[in-house]
Parts: sequence; structure tokens; C-alpha cells
Amino acid sequence: MATLRMLLFSWWFFFRILTESGFFILTSVIQPVLFATMAFELFRLGRGEHTLLYAGLGAAMMGIWSSTLFGSGGQIQYARFRGTLELQVLAPPSYLLVLVPAMLATSALGLYSLVATLGWGWLLFGMPLHLAHPWLFLPAVVCAVIGLGLLGIVMASTFVLWRHANAFSNLLEYPVWLLAGLIVPLSFLPDWARWIAYPLSPYWAAKGVRAAALGGNPLPPMAICLGLGLVYLGIGALTVSNFERLAREKASLALA
Amino acid sequence: MTALRVFFIGGRISYRALFNWLHPTMYIPTMLGSPLFQILFFAYLGRAAGVRDDTFFVVGNAVQVCCMSALYGATQTIGNERQFGTLAPLLATPANRAALFLGRALPLIVNGLIVSAFGFVCAWLLLDFDPPASSIPPLALVLVVTVCSTTAFAMGLGAIGMRARDVFFSSNLAYYVMLLVCGVNVPFEELPGWVQSIGRSLPLTHGIEAARQVAAGASLSSVSGLVGAEAAVGAAWGVVAFCLFRLFEAESRRRASLETS
Repeated sequence: MATLRMLLFSWWFFFRILTESGFFILTSVIQPVLFATMAFELFRLGRGEHTLLYAGLGAAMMGIWSSTLFGSGGQIQYARFRGTLELQVLAPPSYLLVLVPAMLATSALGLYSLVATLGWGWLLFGMPLHLAHPWLFLPAVVCAVIGLGLLGIVMASTFVLWRHANAFSNLLEYPVWLLAGLIVPLSFLPDWARWIAYPLSPYWAAKGVRAAALGGNPLPPMAICLGLGLVYLGIGALTVSNFERLAREKASLALA
Repeated sequence: MTALRVFFIGGRISYRALFNWLHPTMYIPTMLGSPLFQILFFAYLGRAAGVRDDTFFVVGNAVQVCCMSALYGATQTIGNERQFGTLAPLLATPANRAALFLGRALPLIVNGLIVSAFGFVCAWLLLDFDPPASSIPPLALVLVVTVCSTTAFAMGLGAIGMRARDVFFSSNLAYYVMLLVCGVNVPFEELPGWVQSIGRSLPLTHGIEAARQVAAGASLSSVSGLVGAEAAVGAAWGVVAFCLFRLFEAESRRRASLETS
């Protein structure tokens, strides 16, 4: 019970911190709306068969990925900068239990993207908000948040070992948007690209959310997304313990 | 001679010290990797939507990615000087302000050209983009004018960094807004009238249009009006930027607010 309380409180705490940041508001609200506008215009003008809702959901998933990427990439660096990293690592709970709610908070911030892009599309572009499986849409979104958030743990604990982690975050935004098929269907990409998409939770998260909204069976992709999340959690446990070990051995916790 | 030294050496030191981009592990992912993937992303988005061809998206984005250097560089030039506490000593010197200001813009222009050229070359290798060889010299000229005008606009945002707390918010916002309103990915003529008006007052718009026509085989003389408009927009933003810089410097001295505002 104490652990659950800590997880919930930490999640809320990190979520509040992120909502105070202009950069994350830009990443999770303004940027997705601008990208959604471009996508709406392109799909409206084009000969493609995809709907505005398809474009809106894609832009929202792009926003969830961006907030997860920049949040997880910078989480340990931010704590280091604020001087709270030592306290987090030395606290009685495992550091992994500190990172899990922080990462889930970064991906949950992406929910703003979903609301913003769908609201924007509905208001300005007349996008219909008819959902194929209304009762599965919210669970699909929650699965997406969990799947992406747990991927964030792997990124947070590996990026921190690299001095220029923010450069790596900058690099990974567009490739995952593209290779996970968030808005461009994988059928437009070379065949080899699919093999990169399959181990990525954003691909299954987008597939689940899209199936819940547009039709199809969302349960298999949701299950795979959660399963991948558990795999990421296992990898994250290893990489976090490696990070802690290196930090203690080299006394480099407070150093970049 | 002193002004020239401030212009060249001051600009170079500012660039190296503030950006740290010359380190390959920072420069390659941020300045080359990210723009490349932006070009690929929009080219494939265009294919999925069935709008225009690869050339449309390649030219628009390869020209626009020069903003990455200009916008983020310019805002960091002044924002970081303030954050690191070096802005006050810098402004206490009798250095020529025009040399000081323009010297910081020069590395950004050079870098913007490198980033855009890299984008064009990669797009030629990876996408369906094959402009005629004769279009390369005029395309390079259009690119130089566009990068200069974009940098002038960015220096204006950088000057605001002398007063604003969060300059990175404004540079990020400007980057994404320009992606939308300058006709980078959505055909400019399809944008609403008021958005077109904003787009015409910003750099990039005329430059991208000129670059698209040149890449399609048009001569430089046939796009001279667009190139001239791009240069004029850039010059206007350059004047605004320098005036803002001097205004905020004077205001900061008068109110002793350089490091507190």
C-alpha cells in the first residue's frame, strides 16, 4: 500500500512539475496542434484514403511520443540540475520505483496532445468524433501511456550515461514518428522498416488507439503494447541498476 | 580593425563557447540527423496523403531546416550569455555593437547553409529528388539569401532574450509556426488569407517558393522578384533585430535589469 501511495503521489508530483514547463506545454499541446493542422490540410488536399480522424490521432500519438522522449531523455539530467538526484537515489525505495511514475507522468502529459488535436480538428476542420469502440478507446489510450512511459525508463537510464543526451532526444523524434507508423502507414515505407516498428511500443499503441477509434480489434495491439512495456520494465531494471552501480563506483552521480 | 576582430573572433568564440555544437556527438544528431529525418518524414507524409511529389517536400524542408541553426543558435547566443552571466561584462565593453551583433550571426549563417546543403544531398540520395544540374548554382544563391534573412529574423528573437525569461519557448514556437505558415509542407496558396499574410511577412516563404521554381528548372532571372522579396523581408527583420538589441541594452542599463528581468 505504501508503495502504491508513493507511485501515485510521485506520478502526480512529476506531472505537476511538467505542466509548469513552457517547453513541455509546447511539446504536448502547441506542437501537436500545428502538426495536426498540417496533416489535416495534407489529407484534405490529397488523394489518400485516410480520414481526418486518422490524421488527428496520428498527430496526438506524435505528441505523446515527443513528451515521453524529451521527458525521459531529460528526467535524470533535470534532477541532477535541480540537485535532487542524490536524494532520489538514496531514498529507501528502489530508484526504479522513482523513475516509473516520472516516466508515466511524461507520457501522460501527452494526453494533452490527444485532447488538443481532437478538439482542434473538431472545431476547425469539422472532424467527426465518432468512435468505433467508445468503451475501448480510453483503455487503449491508457495502454499507450503505459507502453510509452515504460519505454521511457529504458531511455532515461541509458541516455544519462551519455553527456549529450539531449542531442539523442532531438534525433529520435522524427524517426519514431515515421518508423512506428504514427501517421504514415508502414505500407509506404520499405519492408525492412516494419522490423524496426514491431519491437516499438509506439507502433502498437497507435495501432490500438486507431482500432478503437476507426474500427478493427484493438485488444491484440493493446495487449502487445502492455507486454512490450513489461519487457521494457525488465530492461529498465537492469539499466537502472547499472547506472546506480557506475554512479557509486565512479562517484559521478552529480556529474554530467 | 578592432570591429573586424570583434566581428570574426568574437563571433567564433561565442559560437564555440555557447553552443558546444562543434563537438561531433552534439552536432551530428542535432544539426544533421534531426533535419534529415524531418525531410524524410514529410516526404513520406506527402506520399501517404497523395499531395504533390517528393521535390515539393524536399525543397520546402531542406530550406526550412536552416532555421534550426538560425533560431536556436540566435536565441541561445544571447539567452545563454545572460544565463551564464557574461552578457553584462560584454555590454560593458566599448566594442562596436554592429560588429558584436553581426559577428554572432555569421557562424549561424554558415551553419545554416551546411545543414540545408546536407539535407538536399541526402534527399537526392534517398528520395525521388533529382533537380537538373543547371539549377544548382541558382538554388545555392536562393539558399544563401534565405538563410541570411532567416538569421536576421532569428537575431530579433535572440534580442528579445535580453528581456524574456524563456527564449527557448519562443524559438521552438517560431520554428514550428514557420513550418506551417511559410508553405513548407502545405501548399502556400491553400492556406487561409490571414495565414498567408503572416507567412509573407516572415522569412522563408518567398525563398522556398523561389527554390521550388528553380529546382523545377526556372532561371534565376525569372525568380528575381521572389529572391528580392526574401532579401527585403530579411533586411527589414535585420533592422528590427538590431534596433531591439540596442533598445533592450539601453533599457537594461537604465533600469539595471539586465540580469533580473
